[in-house]
Amino acid sequence: MGQRVAIIGAGMTKFVRRAQETGKELAWQAAKAALDSCGLTLKDIDCVSLGTAPDAFDGVHMKGEYLSDGSGGWRKPYIRHFVGGGTGVFAPIHGWFHVASGVFDTCLVVCSEKMSSCHPHPQGAFKTIFDHTTEQPLDPTLIWIFALEYNRYMQTYGISKRDIALVSVKNKKNAMDHPAAQLPMEITVDDVLNSELLAWPVNRLDISPASDGAAAIVLAGERTARRLTDKPVWIEGVGWNLDTAYWATRDLSYPRYVEKAARMAYEMAGIKEPKKEIEIAEPYDPFTYKELHHMEGLLLADRGEAPQLLVDGVTQRDGDRPMCPSGGALGVGNPISATGLMKVIEIFLQLRGEAGKRQVPGNPTCGLAQAWGDLMQVGTVIVLKNR
Amino acid sequence: MELEKLKMGATPLKETDVKEGKVLSLAMTPDLSYAWDNGVAIGRYLEELKNGRIIARKCNKCNRIMLPPRMFCELCWRATDEWVYCKDTGTVNTFSICYVNWDASRIPPGQPPHIPAVIHVDGASHFMGILHVLGEVDPDDVKIGMKVKAVWKKPEEREGSITDIMYWKPLRPAKSKKATGRR
Repeated sequence: MGQRVAIIGAGMTKFVRRAQETGKELAWQAAKAALDSCGLTLKDIDCVSLGTAPDAFDGVHMKGEYLSDGSGGWRKPYIRHFVGGGTGVFAPIHGWFHVASGVFDTCLVVCSEKMSSCHPHPQGAFKTIFDHTTEQPLDPTLIWIFALEYNRYMQTYGISKRDIALVSVKNKKNAMDHPAAQLPMEITVDDVLNSELLAWPVNRLDISPASDGAAAIVLAGERTARRLTDKPVWIEGVGWNLDTAYWATRDLSYPRYVEKAARMAYEMAGIKEPKKEIEIAEPYDPFTYKELHHMEGLLLADRGEAPQLLVDGVTQRDGDRPMCPSGGALGVGNPISATGLMKVIEIFLQLRGEAGKRQVPGNPTCGLAQAWGDLMQVGTVIVLKNR
Repeated sequence: MELEKLKMGATPLKETDVKEGKVLSLAMTPDLSYAWDNGVAIGRYLEELKNGRIIARKCNKCNRIMLPPRMFCELCWRATDEWVYCKDTGTVNTFSICYVNWDASRIPPGQPPHIPAVIHVDGASHFMGILHVLGEVDPDDVKIGMKVKAVWKKPEEREGSITDIMYWKPLRPAKSKKATGRR
């Protein structure tokens, strides 16, 4: 490997249901904020990596090109990548390739999403995720696959909806301390269970919202990072993995692709006992049960045991193993690719002791962010350390 | 740095801001249409559905009988070997009871919900499931592990589509009398 890579700056916009700004204006706001945060200008940036979700949301063909000026990509080596909902955590991994290889010394990583353009809602775009010949004729809604997985997870381990609903209560409350949050609120488990039943076992408050928003970080090689900041946060492990796209043939109770991605990242980071060494994490939580499902895939909980950790308060901000201290997709909002990068930014800030009211106690030194996407079968994982 | 000190972009709009013309926007519906080729494996699969049969494809290296059928085994990375008929019965691996249509509209009260399910089809390898829907069953009676049987359209109405199976119903009649059809 060419060199160690650090995150040295970050920025983001608010996450909102519908923003006045276009996707490229959001990208610019987040990218400029990220550069300002570490005292750099675009001239100091060697290359730009953009993550953004399906073109169908924006109704713009070749969104990579469309968002390129707002992302600072013109007259630079610029590339867009896309792995569905996993994009936001793949974005820093993709930036890491550029710098770790030694080919570049700095990389601006931008994720921008505008889901509101698909008006009044993006369900038509979501439908095209299903196989056009064998599944779309059944008129599926995206909620089906989550409801089916949620039910299988409950059934396999005997978990109750009541326990899973606690994820929404925790994350929306955590989001009350996040200045970008779209859905911060103090609610009870009964509020979740009594919210509109969309597709049993999924109620409305089990689901993250559709959002507009952008996030950006600045990556630098070791020498440059140490010159520019006293508090670099190192990317120590990266992992990604794809399971079969015949999703109905998978064991829906366990995200094997997340485990494979996590094991790859842990090996690179020298992590032998994730439960002890990963002090704080941002698993992807577009649906309540996914935070728990992903904790198990990340080997941060035994199979079927994540709900008990939640009930026991272990995953609260002041617990032994805080999960989604930002407020996650459920609380901060879910502008697909920007959500994953927001999670990376949260771990970056937590490891620098700069998370403000969201700061977890105990000066954590090692954390991870994870996202998940495509047709429920891609896992992306990044491990960060502050020394 | 702290996020609290950041000047954060994204100006939130309300639905009324757009409706009342406080901000301007342009509405457009793309004019796109597609004709997807069914391919070799799925083409045969659909032809057999038209005949009222479910067909799978077997790899003689890993011995998996795969559904939906495929001309290459993605695990052994070799061409698959033979066609194998499955039964039109199976087991519910998981299900949902859905009150929302694909376009986010709600099913009116009193109308039966959609019951999507992953069904493991008898005769295919373990865990070879397909997405389909259940019918002729009270939602309260649906259970994971339940045995189900395909309910086919009449032969003259079949068109070589996954919807030639209208839905799957319990193999054994339900005790409840509230059983309803799909939509």
